[in-house]
Amino acid sequence: MNAVYSIIPAGVLSQVFVGLSRTTILFIVASGLTLILGVLRIPNVAHGSLYMIGAFTAFTVTQLSGGGTAGFWTAIVVAPLVVAFISLIAERGMFQFLYEREHLMLLLLTFAFSLVFGDLVKLVWGTEYKSVPVPPFFQGFVPLFGGLPFPLYNLFLLIAGPVVAILLYLLTNKTKMGKIARAAAVDREMVGAVGINVSRVFAVVFVIGCYLAGLGGVLVAPTVSVTLGMDHTLIIEAFLIVIMGGLGNIWGALLGALIFGLTQSLGILVWPKFGIIFPYLAVVVVLLFRPTGLLKSTW
Amino acid sequence: MSRKTIWGLSAGIVVFLLFPVFLPRFYVYLVSIILLYGLLATSLNLVLGYGGIFQFHHAVFYGVGAYGTTLMLTKSGLPAALAFLTGPLVSAAFGLVLGVICIRLSKLYFGMLQISLGSLVWAIVYRWYGFTGGDDGIHGIPVPELLASPKSAYYFTFIVTLASLFVMWKIIRSPFGSVLQGIRDNPLRSEMIGINVRRHQLLALVLAGFFAGVAGSLFVVVDNTVFPDMLFWTLSLEIVIMCLLGGWFTFLGPMLGAAAIVALRTFVSGYTDYWALVLGVIMMLVIFFLPNGILGYVEERLKGGLRAPQSEER
Repeated sequence: MNAVYSIIPAGVLSQVFVGLSRTTILFIVASGLTLILGVLRIPNVAHGSLYMIGAFTAFTVTQLSGGGTAGFWTAIVVAPLVVAFISLIAERGMFQFLYEREHLMLLLLTFAFSLVFGDLVKLVWGTEYKSVPVPPFFQGFVPLFGGLPFPLYNLFLLIAGPVVAILLYLLTNKTKMGKIARAAAVDREMVGAVGINVSRVFAVVFVIGCYLAGLGGVLVAPTVSVTLGMDHTLIIEAFLIVIMGGLGNIWGALLGALIFGLTQSLGILVWPKFGIIFPYLAVVVVLLFRPTGLLKSTW
Repeated sequence: MSRKTIWGLSAGIVVFLLFPVFLPRFYVYLVSIILLYGLLATSLNLVLGYGGIFQFHHAVFYGVGAYGTTLMLTKSGLPAALAFLTGPLVSAAFGLVLGVICIRLSKLYFGMLQISLGSLVWAIVYRWYGFTGGDDGIHGIPVPELLASPKSAYYFTFIVTLASLFVMWKIIRSPFGSVLQGIRDNPLRSEMIGINVRRHQLLALVLAGFFAGVAGSLFVVVDNTVFPDMLFWTLSLEIVIMCLLGGWFTFLGPMLGAAAIVALRTFVSGYTDYWALVLGVIMMLVIFFLPNGILGYVEERLKGGLRAPQSEER
């Protein structure tokens, strides 16, 4: 393993792994966003808020269950479902009447939702920072390439990312629902014309996309402080990833998340104070050469 | 312009000039803020309503203008008049840079990329303590003595806003403005008849950036502070809502929307911390029931029927 170190310094290597675990979160959230964008064509600004609600719900669930490993698993199951339920109400109550409107209106409507959700979170959980403990099962470190400590929880994240990606792939490509949704993304009128209830398909896709936002929120909760405003930075990052990858393309979201996560974590090594600019620069470079993103967009 | 409108306008100007005489200090400040937000929203409407460009992150130009003016006032020994010119010009230049990067993209891509790049600017301003004051912003900006009192700040704001509105009105009525609206209604056809679509849109972006910068500089005069939230993306969408609420195919709509939202925010914030919740609900109601805004609705009613939103009104 010393051969590895002779090529790549340890600091760089550990930053790569930090970046990869960040990528997992970014991918899970961005894939939900891109799914909704691709099929429903809604630029969902409220996606970040749903992610925040997921994280706060995870906090409540783990606290109620005493912070054990079982509590964490319960949170992983319960919190995204809560988010999905909220999104179902929003979709059936409002969005379904507005699909024919322009993108600008939809964007503003989702922004209105994000304002409302943000204040509701403030109302329910207050303004203090919350922290979700790393579940006991995932505490500790694993040695990486001969001794470099790597948090076990981050390793779990590294596994969770590809699992979600594969499940999403199977869902969109192998199930009837997924095939219908992909067809509706290309031509929703035609899908309606052959007798499929497009509105219901849209509702399902919307809820799945929001479920992913909630899942991202639960998974990120043990690694960051759960706080108001965590939605604002994340939604921008998710937007960038989705644009970089090509609107509506799930593999594009994965690629975008990889670029974003790695340039972010490695950028901090290069220029600690302004490391934040590197992912943005990556986006500019990508879009200068490929204005519609790296992979094929469904638009 | 008919005689009636001229009388109306003069009466309006006199009312605005008399405000500081009989209004208490706080309301003078409030009206100044309304005026500069109205200017900001109108400058956005130049590209959004008349240009059909999805300018989602307009606040960046507002903030850059404010910071440009402020930094010239605090860090350079140059005369203040120059500082007030620098802010808007920096904003305009910034509009050009962002425009060149984003303009090749179609509607939603454009808007999303602009939000993202604007957020980068916000992040830099937020972190660069040595230069921009970081998240504290800069307080107690030394404005020229002539503009230091709330009353003189108000008059300055009013005159500059009025002049800017007049210039924007002229721009919209000019051949350039007509071409811009033509591009909005049918970009493909405009291109076919030999119009350089991108160059026109780029010029519109630069102009909008300039006037947003003017609004930012006015904020420096009125409030003597700048802070990074001035270029946060949520403010941008609030400005879009101002345009939408007032009516974004009308010239004065954004002004009305800005007045409504700023006044409401001041009023509601006195009672509750949950202004965002109130604003969100208002937005939902507007989107559902008043998609053409207040003035758009009034106009529709006056004309007694459905009006194609793109039709050029004379």
